[in-house]
Amino acid sequence: MDHPGYYLHWGVVQISLANAIVIVLMLVVFVVALIAPFPGRRRR
Amino acid sequence: MSASSVAATPTDAGRDAPVWTGGYRRYDLVKEFVAALAVMALLTVILAAVFGSPDKPAIPLAGWAQNDPNDFVVTAVAELDGTSGTATYGAPYVNDPTAGQKLGPLPLQRWGGVREPIDTAQDFVLGPLSTVTGDPMLTAALAQYKAAPADQQQKWSGAYADALDKAPDNDPAKVAAGDYGPVPVLTSRLLDLARAGGLDGQLLTEKGFYQTDYAKPLLFLADGAYLEEQARAEHLGGNQWGMMNETGRYPGQAWLWLYTFWYQVPPFNKSDNGDALVWALMMVLSLVLVLLPFIPGLRSVPRLTRVYRLIWRDHYRQRR
Amino acid sequence: MTSTDERTGTDERMWTARLRRRAVTAWPPERLLPDRQPAYVASWIYVFGVLTLAALVVVLVSGGVLALEGPQWYHDSPQGHFVNSLHLWSVELFFFVMVIHLWGKFFMAAWRGRRALTWVTGAVAFLGSIATAFTGYLVQSNFDAQWISTQAKDGLNAVGVGAWFNVLNYGQMLLFHVVLFPFVLGVLVVWHVLLVRRRGVVPPFPDGTPTAQPAEEVEQ
Repeated sequence: MDHPGYYLHWGVVQISLANAIVIVLMLVVFVVALIAPFPGRRRR
Repeated sequence: MSASSVAATPTDAGRDAPVWTGGYRRYDLVKEFVAALAVMALLTVILAAVFGSPDKPAIPLAGWAQNDPNDFVVTAVAELDGTSGTATYGAPYVNDPTAGQKLGPLPLQRWGGVREPIDTAQDFVLGPLSTVTGDPMLTAALAQYKAAPADQQQKWSGAYADALDKAPDNDPAKVAAGDYGPVPVLTSRLLDLARAGGLDGQLLTEKGFYQTDYAKPLLFLADGAYLEEQARAEHLGGNQWGMMNETGRYPGQAWLWLYTFWYQVPPFNKSDNGDALVWALMMVLSLVLVLLPFIPGLRSVPRLTRVYRLIWRDHYRQRR
Repeated sequence: MTSTDERTGTDERMWTARLRRRAVTAWPPERLLPDRQPAYVASWIYVFGVLTLAALVVVLVSGGVLALEGPQWYHDSPQGHFVNSLHLWSVELFFFVMVIHLWGKFFMAAWRGRRALTWVTGAVAFLGSIATAFTGYLVQSNFDAQWISTQAKDGLNAVGVGAWFNVLNYGQMLLFHVVLFPFVLGVLVVWHVLLVRRRGVVPPFPDGTPTAQPAEEVEQ
């Protein structure tokens, strides 16, 4: 992990692969959290 | 959504956040917290065990002097003749009313005051060299330099700086002949002192035995090109989105993405006052984030984008 | 004395009595630690607040171990290196879940219904966390710290702050990272959580159906 990182380039944007993975994961987790069914619908 | 709720202020509870008169569900908060703690602790341990963490060793002045002696000497000359980054910085290191960034007409940098005064020639070069004993050539060179008037000192160091610039690889050994006075001796002795590790300690403990202020060794190091070369090789440079990045393949401070973004685009990346402009802009944007509930238009985005219909879909379905 | 409570004998004008009364009114035990939530609290997006809190605990514990052994320990000790890794990844996780929590709260417009202060304390805590993490990077005592400090000084100096908040002063930055910023952050987080408990979880947007909408919220 101490070797030089991979960098993605897109116009003015340069982002490390690690940071890109983190950000993409965040978006995925956010969407999943919104749509995944939540257990238990019993009402008092 | 009724028009009245668009005009509702956050303190008006009734219209945009009606009192809940519906049912409740069993919800074990403490169990939820314990579960969350277990999940986060487990994830942390797994990530730490699999990926570890970066720890690229610091570069002491000794390391700089050993690995890039030519850059060290070029920097030492600049410190001596007051042309280095630190020497021309302005506040908080140097009292120079013309130096420093401004936000429009406001000289904010100067207003901070010279709270960490540094005389680069004395603190980085002459002072450390004066402590060396048993070197008659050095002692003589120091005496010659200190006795000379200021403009003579400037002539010597200016000429030597030009000569180093023209020399192949900035190598002091390949410098053309010229009148540089005692400057070549001073800088080559400083290089020796640095290589042996003496300069690291000297710059840190000039003021006393216990020190935690690394300003002097760090500023000297950062005045050279070597530190930046190492940093740019790791994509940590300012115009490489460096603020977000980390050495090696690790994720960095991705949350700094907007802060570093401005440094990649005009006018910030071209302006002499770029730092001040970026800081001011980020202060404003931070205030916008904090005061979002009070900003018309922005605070209506959630209602208009209707992502909430996904979150509360069961609720809306049941009300139909 | 007419201010004395007949049953308990307490002088209700006392500062202690007043504070207690206000606290118990704002946070009666069933509101401070409820065993139920409104039926609309039924989405995974709701767990990101508690995940943030949990991640913060891991950050504090791992940081505490690093503090126990001193700031240079982790460079030379394999156990220290592992604890440093725990601290780094718990911070990455902390920001990961905190930002998702922020996104969720934004799209819920969770400041509605007298909850603006909850949003404000949360946003300030977010910014405070960034500042705290920043000082953490400064005190790594390695190459990254050297680079970050010599770069960051330019931004701070440009607006006059660097003269007072000296990122090149290792001791000062260590104290900010371990003592000053965490203390402020702690106050903000506690305040934020107390506000969430006081006001309850924000209800859904009214969907426009003509059910009775009370004009004033009644404190539950």
